[in-house]
This record gives sequence, structure tokens and C-alpha cells, in this order.
Amino acid sequence: MSSEATLFYAFAAIAVLSSLLVIGQRNPIYSVLLLIASFGALSGLYLLLDAPFAAVIQIIVYAGAIMVLFLFVVMLLNAPREETDEDLDREAHGETHPLLRPGPMRLGAALAVGLIVELVWALTKGGGESGQFPAGAVGSVGAIGRSLFSDYAFAFEVTSVLILVAMVGAVVLARREASPGPSEHP
Amino acid sequence: MVTLNHYLVLSAILFSIGTAGVFVRRNLITILLSIEIMLNAVNLSFVAFGRALGAADGQIIVFFVMTVAAAEAAVGLAIVICLFRLRESLNPESFVSLRW
Repeated sequence: MSSEATLFYAFAAIAVLSSLLVIGQRNPIYSVLLLIASFGALSGLYLLLDAPFAAVIQIIVYAGAIMVLFLFVVMLLNAPREETDEDLDREAHGETHPLLRPGPMRLGAALAVGLIVELVWALTKGGGESGQFPAGAVGSVGAIGRSLFSDYAFAFEVTSVLILVAMVGAVVLARREASPGPSEHP
Repeated sequence: MVTLNHYLVLSAILFSIGTAGVFVRRNLITILLSIEIMLNAVNLSFVAFGRALGAADGQIIVFFVMTVAAAEAAVGLAIVICLFRLRESLNPESFVSLRW
């Protein structure tokens, strides 16, 4: 087995295991930290794919900024642990929607497993082409930058508007309302 | 030899894990994290397709997806903070006022 294949399987195992643990945790802080591990493994996979730009922004933007935002909110809200099934049964017996009771939620998990099986089957079945990657590196950071500011310049500018809207929206939503009417405080 | 199919299968597995997380978790923050897992699975297939086609456009799409994910996380977490102030709970079953 070549070293590339070894690295691929190592990173893939880390990504899948930590993602599984993310959804297997009841404590959101552990979930966020495990997701950072998963993103690190994905960054390694991007390096294997000759995509250094994606690998670096995966670490800087995702693991560095977005996950820290999640961690910040988890700690701000004092990380309430998720209620167990027994708590929910005692607390809201008969009031919960039928689709939200524990049994049907297991059905949702079963459907997700079905989705894995179908996707993997569909991807491995149609193996007509070898699917091998062409030789030679693609997508150096310089080429990406040139393309981003020429072909994709409009989308790039729209992105800045999107960020601005998201920022204003987050501030407006999370602001604490001191009084019911905005006219009360000038 | 690692081929495109390897990456696509890995991407499918990660996406399904994210889907399962949305179904089985009852914590708004963990549900948002599961959505991030799904976005990353799609990013992985974009980069793999870009490598297979020999073009840099895959990574540019990843850049835009990450921007949208950042905006989604910011607004989503602001909504979570609002909801937590309202009900002192992160359980989605606490927020049923709009339910028919």
C-alpha cells in the first residue's frame, strides 16, 4: 500500500470516527472539539488532493473562526446537557408530537444508514471509468486568486454583501431588548 | 491507488453522518454542528471533482461554501441565543408555538 493510500485511510478514519462521536455526544462542548478534529483530518485530505488553499482556509476559517464561535456560544449558554429519553418521557408524556418520540427518531437514524448504503452502492456500482486523478498539480494559490478576482469577481463582491447582511442580522437578533418598544430609548 | 471514488464514498459517509445527527440529536447546537458536517462532506467532493477535472474551480466553490457556512453559523447561533433567552432550553421540542 502506497503512502498516499495509507494517509488517505488514516485521515478518512479520523474524520468518520470523530464525526460519529460528534453526533454521539450529549455534551455540546465535546461535540465542538471533536468536530475540530474532524476538520483537521479533512484538511489533510485536501492536502492529499493537491488543494493547499482549501486545506489552509479549512483550518483558519472553519476550525479557527466558525468553531470558536460555536464554542463561544456553548460556553455563553452554560452548555446545558441534552435531556435523555427518560427525562423527556416523564416530562412531556403524551404532549410530544408523534414524530418526535424516541421510536420514530430511531427511524430517522435508520433512514440515514439507508442513505449511506444507497450512496455507497451507487458510487461503487458505476465504476466504468477508473476514476484516477490526472498527474500534475492543479490549483496553485496564485491561479485561484487570479480566477477569483477575474472570472468570479462578481460573486466575490456579492459574498461581501452576504457577510455584511449576516453580521447585521446576528447583531439585531442577539441584541437584548431592554424595553418592548424601540421608541422608548432614544 | 486512491481514486475519485474513494473520496466520493467518504463524502457520502460523512454526509449521511450529518443527516443522522440532525435526526437523532435534541440539542439545537448539535443540530447546527451536524449541518456543518454535511457542508464539509460536500466541500470534500467539490475539491475531489476539481482535482479530477484538473481545474481550480473546485476550490473556489469551496471558498464560497465556507463563506455561506460562516454566515449561516453566525445567524443560526444568534437565533439559538434568542431562543435560549426565551425558554431557558436548547431542546427543539420546547419551541412548538408555531406547530399546527
